[in-house]
Amino acid sequence: MTSVSPPAKIAIKKIRPREFKPSDIGILALSVASSFSIVWILFFQLTLLSGALGFVVMWIPIFLFMYWLVNRQLFTRQVAIDRLIGSIVTLGALLMMLPLVLLAIFVFERGLPLLSWHVLTHTQQGVVYTPGSHDIGGVAHALVGTIEQVIIAAVLGIPAAVLTAIFINEVGGNFTKSVRVVVTAMSGTPAIVAGVFIYSIWVTRFGYSGFAGALALAIILLPTVTRGTEEVLKVVHNDLREASMALAAPEWRTVWSVVLPTARSGLVTSVLLGVAVSIGETAPLIMTIFGNQVMNTNPFSGPQMALSLLAYKQIKVPLQSQIDLGYTAALILFILVFTVFILARLLAGGAGKGKGSKRKALMARLRPTPGVAMEVMDDEADLPETEYEIEREQVSNAAQPRKGNDDE
Amino acid sequence: MTNTTTTVTPIKISSKRSAEDRAFRGLARGAGLGTFVILFLIGLFLLIEAIPAFRSQGLRFFTNTGWQTTGPHPTFGVLSALTGSIIISIIGLAVAIPVSLATALFINEYAPAKVLGFVPVKNFLTAAVDLMAAVPSIIYGMWGFFVLQPHTTGLEQWLSTYLGFIPVFKSSTGLYTSSFLICGIIVGIMCMPIITSLCREVFSLTPNGEREGAMSLGASRARVIRDVVFPFAKGGVIGSIMLGLGRALGEAIAVAIIISLAFPINFHILQAGGNSIAALIALNWGSGGSLGTSALLAAGLVLFAITLIINMVASRIVNASMADRR
Repeated sequence: MTSVSPPAKIAIKKIRPREFKPSDIGILALSVASSFSIVWILFFQLTLLSGALGFVVMWIPIFLFMYWLVNRQLFTRQVAIDRLIGSIVTLGALLMMLPLVLLAIFVFERGLPLLSWHVLTHTQQGVVYTPGSHDIGGVAHALVGTIEQVIIAAVLGIPAAVLTAIFINEVGGNFTKSVRVVVTAMSGTPAIVAGVFIYSIWVTRFGYSGFAGALALAIILLPTVTRGTEEVLKVVHNDLREASMALAAPEWRTVWSVVLPTARSGLVTSVLLGVAVSIGETAPLIMTIFGNQVMNTNPFSGPQMALSLLAYKQIKVPLQSQIDLGYTAALILFILVFTVFILARLLAGGAGKGKGSKRKALMARLRPTPGVAMEVMDDEADLPETEYEIEREQVSNAAQPRKGNDDE
Repeated sequence: MTNTTTTVTPIKISSKRSAEDRAFRGLARGAGLGTFVILFLIGLFLLIEAIPAFRSQGLRFFTNTGWQTTGPHPTFGVLSALTGSIIISIIGLAVAIPVSLATALFINEYAPAKVLGFVPVKNFLTAAVDLMAAVPSIIYGMWGFFVLQPHTTGLEQWLSTYLGFIPVFKSSTGLYTSSFLICGIIVGIMCMPIITSLCREVFSLTPNGEREGAMSLGASRARVIRDVVFPFAKGGVIGSIMLGLGRALGEAIAVAIIISLAFPINFHILQAGGNSIAALIALNWGSGGSLGTSALLAAGLVLFAITLIINMVASRIVNASMADRR
C-alpha cells in the first residue's frame, strides 16, 4: 500500500497509527541490541551476578525504557507511548511462549536418551534402588495404569458432563444459573481435593485401586468437559432447534439428531481437551491409586501405578538412573497429552479451517434464504456441487468474507 | 362421482410432554443437580473424616503452626500452610497477571491473522495457551526444580544482599533453593493459561461500535486498549484473576517438588523452606498415622472451602460481566 506523501508545507510529519517502516525495525533492533549490551555490562562485569532469570528481569525494563526514549525523541509522545504499549504486549506474549518451549525442550532432552522398547515393556518389579544396580526397570505398569484409569474416568465423566451441558443449555429451568456457577466453581476445585474426597468416600471402604483414581479423574474431567460442551452447544443456531420442533420431533430427538450432530466436532474437541488434562493429573492419584512397582492390570483391586505418579516418585529416589527413568515417564506423559491435544485441535480445525470456513462464510451469506439452515444439520455432508461452485466464486470475490474469529 | 370414504384421523395435539421427553429431561436435570450433589458430598465426607483432627485440636487447628500428629501430645495446625499457600499465590499472580493480560491483548488486538501469508499467529498462540493448560503439573514442577531453580538463585542472592533491609527479601539462612519465590514463579506460569484464555474471551466482547468510534477519532491502539477495551472488561478481568487465584492456591505437585517443608510461619520469600496446604497433603500423605491422615483431610477441607468461596464469587463476577455483553 503506498501512502500519500504529505505536502511540503506541513511541518509535523504525520504518522498513521499502525505505520511500521523498515527504519522502525532498525530502531527496534538497535534498542534491543543496546539494552542487551548495557545489561550485559551491568550484570556480568560490574555486579558479577549470575542466572538467566535475573538477566531477563533486568533486560526487559531497560529495553522498554530505551525504546520509549528513542521514539519519544524521533516522533511524538503519543507514538512513543503507543509503541511502548505495543512492545510490552508483544513481549508478554513472547514470555508466555517461553516456558512452553523450554518445557518441551527439557522433557525431550532429559527423557529421550532412556526411552527404549525395554523401558516401555518392563515394570519396576524386583528393581532395587542401590547405587550400581544396572537394571533400571521400566514404565509398563504405569502406562497400563494411566490408560485404564483415564478410560474409566472418561466413561464415567463424559456422559455426565455432556448431560449437564445439555441441562444448562437445552433443558433449562430454575437451577440453570446456579448449575453453571457450581460447574465453574468445581472446575477450580484443586485436583488434590478431588483426591482426598475419593479417599474419604471410597478408599476408606474399598481400599486403594485404579478405579478410585479413575473416580477422582472423573471429578476433574467433569467440569472441564461440561464448560467446553456448553460453549459448543451455545453456538448451535436456534433455527435448527425450531425447525426440528416444527416437524413435531420430541425434545430428546431434537437434541440427539439435530443439536449434538451439529456440534459434533466441537463436542469431540472439548471431550479430548478434558481427557488431555486428566491424563497428566498427579496429586489426586497419590491418595487413590497409591502406586506400586509391579504390573496390576485389574483396575478394581489393589494399588496401581500411573505415569505421572511414577515420575513424581522416581525423581525423589536419590539415584541418577532412577531420576532419569522419571524423566522418561514425564516424556511419555507429555507425548500422550500432546497427541490427544493435537487430535483435538485437528478435529476442531476440520470445521474451522479450509473448506469448512468457506462453508461458514457461505452460510452467513445464505442465512436470509429460508430452508438453507437445514443444510447445517449434517456437518459432514457437502453442499450440492453446483451451488457450492457458484457461491464460492462470489465468496472469494467479496473481500475478506470472515472477520478472523470464526473459530470460536 | 364415487365417494371413497377415507377416514382421516387427526393427530392428537397435546401440550403434555411425552414419556420419553420427561425421562430425557429428568436425566439431564439429574446430571445438572449431580454437580450440586458432588460438591455437597465433597464437603460432607471431608468433614466426617476430619472430625478426629478437629476433636484433637479444636479451634487451635486454625492457629497452630506445627505438624506433630503422632506421640502422646499431638499438636498441629493449618496456619503456616495457609499463609504459605497465600504467599505463593500472591507471587504467582504477580508473575501471571502482567504476562496473561499482555498475551490476551496481543492475541485480540495485535496479532495478525497471518504473518507472511501463511503463519497463523493468532490461532497458533491460542492453541499454545490451551496446550499450556493441558501440560501436566508434574512436568512444570520438574522443570522448575531442575531447570529454573539454578537460574533463580543468582537473582535471589542479589535481592537479599542489596535489598535485604526490606523484611520480605531478608534471608537468615543464606540458602536460596526451594524458596517461596521459585514456587510462586512456577505456580504463576501454571496460572497463566486460564487467566489468559478467560481475559481473551472478555476482551473479545468489547463492543465493536465503541472500538471503531475511538479509532475513527484517531486513537492509537494503546488508547483504544486503555479507554475502550479495559473499561468494558474490568469485571471480567477481576473475575478471571480470582479464578487464577483459586488455581494457584490449590496447586499441589509442582509446589511439592520444589519446596522443602518448614513449619514456622515465614514471610521471607527468598529463604529456603516453606509450606502450602496442597503440598503439605501431597508430601505428608501416608505418614503420621490415622490422626495424621485425618489432619490432612481437615487441611484439605480448609483448602476446599477457601477455593470454593473464591471460585463462586469469581464465576459470578465473570458470568455477570459476560451476560451484559452477550
